[in-house]
Amino acid sequence: MIYAVASGKGGTGKTTTCSSLAAVWDRPVTLVDLDVEEPNLHLFLKPDLSDIEKAYIEVPEADEDKCTSCGLCRDICQFKAITVMAGTLLVFPEMCHGCGGCLAVCPEGALSPGKRELGEICRGTADGHAFVMGRLRVGEAMSPPLMRRIRKEFPELGKGGDILIDAPPGVSCPAIAAVTDADCIVLVTEPTPFGFHDFKLAWEAFKPLNKPMGAVINRADLGDTAVLEFCKANRIPVWAEIPYSREIAEAYSRGEVVSKAIAPLKETFADLRGNMRAAAEKEVANA
Amino acid sequence: MHEIVIISGKGGAGKTSITGAFAQLAENGILCDLDVDAPDLHLLLDPEHRTEEEFWSGNEAVIDQDVCTGCGQCVELCRFDAISETDGRFTINPLQCEGCKVCVTLCPAEAIEFPQKHCGDWYVSSTRFGVMVHAQLYPGEENSGRLVTLLKQKARQMAEEQGLDLVLCDGAPGIGCPVISSMAGTDLAVVVTEPTPSGLHDLKRVAELCENFRTKVAVLVNKWDINPAMTEEIEEYCRSRGYVLVGRFPHDRAVVDAMLERKVITEYDSGPLAETLEEAWSDILNLLKTIQK
Repeated sequence: MIYAVASGKGGTGKTTTCSSLAAVWDRPVTLVDLDVEEPNLHLFLKPDLSDIEKAYIEVPEADEDKCTSCGLCRDICQFKAITVMAGTLLVFPEMCHGCGGCLAVCPEGALSPGKRELGEICRGTADGHAFVMGRLRVGEAMSPPLMRRIRKEFPELGKGGDILIDAPPGVSCPAIAAVTDADCIVLVTEPTPFGFHDFKLAWEAFKPLNKPMGAVINRADLGDTAVLEFCKANRIPVWAEIPYSREIAEAYSRGEVVSKAIAPLKETFADLRGNMRAAAEKEVANA
Repeated sequence: MHEIVIISGKGGAGKTSITGAFAQLAENGILCDLDVDAPDLHLLLDPEHRTEEEFWSGNEAVIDQDVCTGCGQCVELCRFDAISETDGRFTINPLQCEGCKVCVTLCPAEAIEFPQKHCGDWYVSSTRFGVMVHAQLYPGEENSGRLVTLLKQKARQMAEEQGLDLVLCDGAPGIGCPVISSMAGTDLAVVVTEPTPSGLHDLKRVAELCENFRTKVAVLVNKWDINPAMTEEIEEYCRSRGYVLVGRFPHDRAVVDAMLERKVITEYDSGPLAETLEEAWSDILNLLKTIQK
């Protein structure tokens, strides 16, 4: 089973939830940090990142001697990554999405596959669990291609057990890419106006994917009851409520996994694990 | 005219609460919410839309089933695994489609249409702290960077027309496309961080991005008293990199209480909390004076 821990708003506790779940997971699991812009899970799980591999996207390289300035490559490119100016072929590799269109249409063989570094894929183990994370190169604008590289490994990784994904915040393309493969989505939120607003956005965004979804309400006693009422009205199960406490915030600030550091939370996250598993298995049984 | 963007790398560090307070303290500025994906500033500022426009950007491929011959070449061509076949019927998943036009161009039957996409809406609004330019990108959409660029252009243009000398922007989390777009032409990035391993890690990456753009970096440590030792470590890092420290803000539930009343912190509290932000804002304005245009 693949589980994704997501949220509309950043900082609601995705990484807290993921790291705490990892500590109570009682089956083989691969922990995957797909928040490649700002991966944080490793700061808490402290894996030995024994294997670090650079990841690339294919971008065109131009051979000016072969180019006849026909402009077909410029015409197909939707991303302004290639143009012909004053008879010279210009490639802007940073703009390229790696679709391969220019290479496919060039009649002269004047373009060949080159590469741009997207970032790194880091692998290791944490507490006996396999760990994989993407780390986007600073300056690289596009996170989905790096995420796609890691997602392609899911069928293989899934053979070894469950997969638990720490997703990026938001509801735009990277967030959707992170939850696409999941059998079950955990939406972490906090009961504040910002938390509630972004929770609604995320729920709206993920609803069309038709996957079982449940909420984790972090800092549950901090704000108001709007999130709970919304969950009730829309039949979104609340799988866990994590109380607000300075003790939890301080443990997090020291890089501790809170389900280990704060005794009562172990049960909270074990219950969450049970709720996630039941929802995912029910969905698979119905399919 | 100066432009400031408030960013953080890590989400939930307090960007929007702090931007809200600065919005009240700023005089003669245009406000701009560049977190087009999950914007929240409007929740504090209760904007009244003056104009509302659609944001159209990019295209998506759609197979015309009446023309499709089922040859399957498009599946081979698509690098984004967006096209699939079920019982001889080929369809494109709009969430996976990158809008690259490769299948459209190379389909032998010319069976693929390429309509433009309505990706969101953007607004110019009135708030109690002045004009605000903001947007809402539709869920799952790309091109957030282009929308950010559009909002910034609009905000600058309005500031110029009205003779205002400041554009104050709330940024997006992360270091990807919308954040990179928010950096272009900005005079100062105020990075809000928190004294946690994630806060420091994410600050380092987003500040490195600012350095790549030669944007000056100022840092504000939010919830500093959660971990004073980590706050020291962050501040030491900032000094070593030449980032300007514009203050420490304590962990205080008044931030949430203000939010629940749809007020900014400086409206809700006139005591020491507000003073901390007033001092930070005054430091930021002084810093701006040293930045040559």
